[in-house]
Amino acid sequence: MQKKTWLLIALLLVIVGLLFTVGCQKKAVSQAKAPAPAPAPAEQKAAPKPVAKPPAGWNISQNNIYFEFDRSTLTPMAQDTLMRHAAWLRENSNATATIEGHADERGTNEYNLALGDRRADSAKAFLVDLGIAASRLTTISYGEERPLCMDQTEECWAKNRRGHFALN
Amino acid sequence: MRRRITLYILIMSVILLGPSLSAAEYDVIDITKPFLRKIPLAVPEFKNASGSGAEKQSSYKAAEFLSDSLDFTGYFKLLDRGAFLFDPEASGVTLTDLNFPNWTVVGAELLVTGYYRLDGDNIAIELRLFDTFKARRVLGKKYTGKLANQRNIILRFCTEVIKYLTGSEGVFGSKIAFVSNGTGNKEIYISAFDGYNPRRLTTNNAITLFPAWSSDSKWLAFTSYKAGNPDLFIRNLAAARESKVSKQGINITPAWAPGKFELAATLSFSGDQEIYLLTGSGKIIKRLTKSRGIDVTPTWSPDGKKIAFVSNRSGSAQIYIKDLATGRVNRLTYEGQKNTQPSWSPRGDKIAYTSQMGGEHHIFTIGTDGQNPVQLTYEPRDNESPSWSPDGSLIAFSSDREGPNRIYVMTAFGTDQRRLLVLAGEQTNPKWSMNHQNN
Repeated sequence: MQKKTWLLIALLLVIVGLLFTVGCQKKAVSQAKAPAPAPAPAEQKAAPKPVAKPPAGWNISQNNIYFEFDRSTLTPMAQDTLMRHAAWLRENSNATATIEGHADERGTNEYNLALGDRRADSAKAFLVDLGIAASRLTTISYGEERPLCMDQTEECWAKNRRGHFALN
Repeated sequence: MRRRITLYILIMSVILLGPSLSAAEYDVIDITKPFLRKIPLAVPEFKNASGSGAEKQSSYKAAEFLSDSLDFTGYFKLLDRGAFLFDPEASGVTLTDLNFPNWTVVGAELLVTGYYRLDGDNIAIELRLFDTFKARRVLGKKYTGKLANQRNIILRFCTEVIKYLTGSEGVFGSKIAFVSNGTGNKEIYISAFDGYNPRRLTTNNAITLFPAWSSDSKWLAFTSYKAGNPDLFIRNLAAARESKVSKQGINITPAWAPGKFELAATLSFSGDQEIYLLTGSGKIIKRLTKSRGIDVTPTWSPDGKKIAFVSNRSGSAQIYIKDLATGRVNRLTYEGQKNTQPSWSPRGDKIAYTSQMGGEHHIFTIGTDGQNPVQLTYEPRDNESPSWSPDGSLIAFSSDREGPNRIYVMTAFGTDQRRLLVLAGEQTNPKWSMNHQNN
């Protein structure tokens, strides 16, 4: 009996959540189906295990996620980081964040602005799937306009291909 | 030799048939030919009316500027004045006074002479173009005006010369907009076609990118982060009034439809980067692309019937052409890892673009049928953002070949690559306007 009630409550929560996030769900779907033969087949729909608590001292603005060259799909490592971000956002329920999508300097700046936009959207869609309200997350793309690292090395480019979470 | 005969025939037909011929019939220079020979041109110092110091000084400047401006086109080989058997103080500059063998012997096939008068701040300049082998005057013009307008007067004559030789208006009435970060922020600047008089247009104190001229050069659209988000601004240059497209996501890469108060741009408010057709005041008319993934950087065919754009629908960034009437989309580029920044030639036959090659970027042109991709730049490292001159004879682009990114110009065939200007900071995203304005 009690089990049933809990199930009902859970179902209701899911439905309410869906109502709130319907706009972003679309994004998540389009993201998952993006023509990306990337070595990250897990993707958003693989029902990630929610992390109950973020590690001590975790702060979303100090933990970037990183992308592969010319890709906006989330690597397993990025998904891992985002699960901790979700836990942190659940604990800090008043916090809102801007997700910045960045690209490395290879490629041209028009395309990289679009790529950064997709990267920020992927991260947002993943967090929304984990139950974070879409209204707490805004996105912005900076493309290749704000590099962290200026050298011509793969190591440096990898640092620049990032999603950064700025607390509002 | 053959060209000379052609020139002779063409000049004769101009003389016989008068000026009612259409442009194409008296083209002396065929600007569609890739390896055209430069025509040896002599521009001696002008003959001065009074010989005063001030007159000599501004007259010398005028002759230099005329010489530089014609040289800018890439059509001519300017001959060294030191070899000329000509003393502007003693010799005449008209058909009857000139001794043409003195010019043919130094190799000149074309000759421009000037007769210059400075009177207070007024100038009167007679300018003549001669075919030295035929000993004929092919152009003769007299201009009067203020000394302060000397640049425009000289450019008007240069336009006549180019119109006579190529049948097209040339580039002398055009401007170049570009992005420079000299103030610490990327802002939009505008200079004359030759880099003269660069002025900052925007004071957004924020990243500002992708300038785009309307066909009448009265409007400039661009993207700026001045309100935080990458929004699209459409500015009336004369009235300094702006409208704004500020939707969630990116609002970038505007491109004006030829001859219309409409523009295409990439917006991502739907969650996907698609190209839309907007009114000149920023209202959406309709969506032009429909494909999951990135669709960005539209460029219009000169007849306004097609757009070329960048899409990653095949997995990597490549250029596609969409026929707007039929809705049909064809992939244009197949070679190279990433091909972006398409720019459709005003002559209609070619598209210039940027190809990523290993760690470098180089500029290519390709036929609109996808045939014959040709690499135009080889200097390391990044050569980007090709933009055609209004007559399709030159391409402006940015390059970091000398360190910082600067604006360069080359011919449509990749020859005569030179830096356009030096400013503080780095310069990128050049966009060439049509011919409309005084320079």
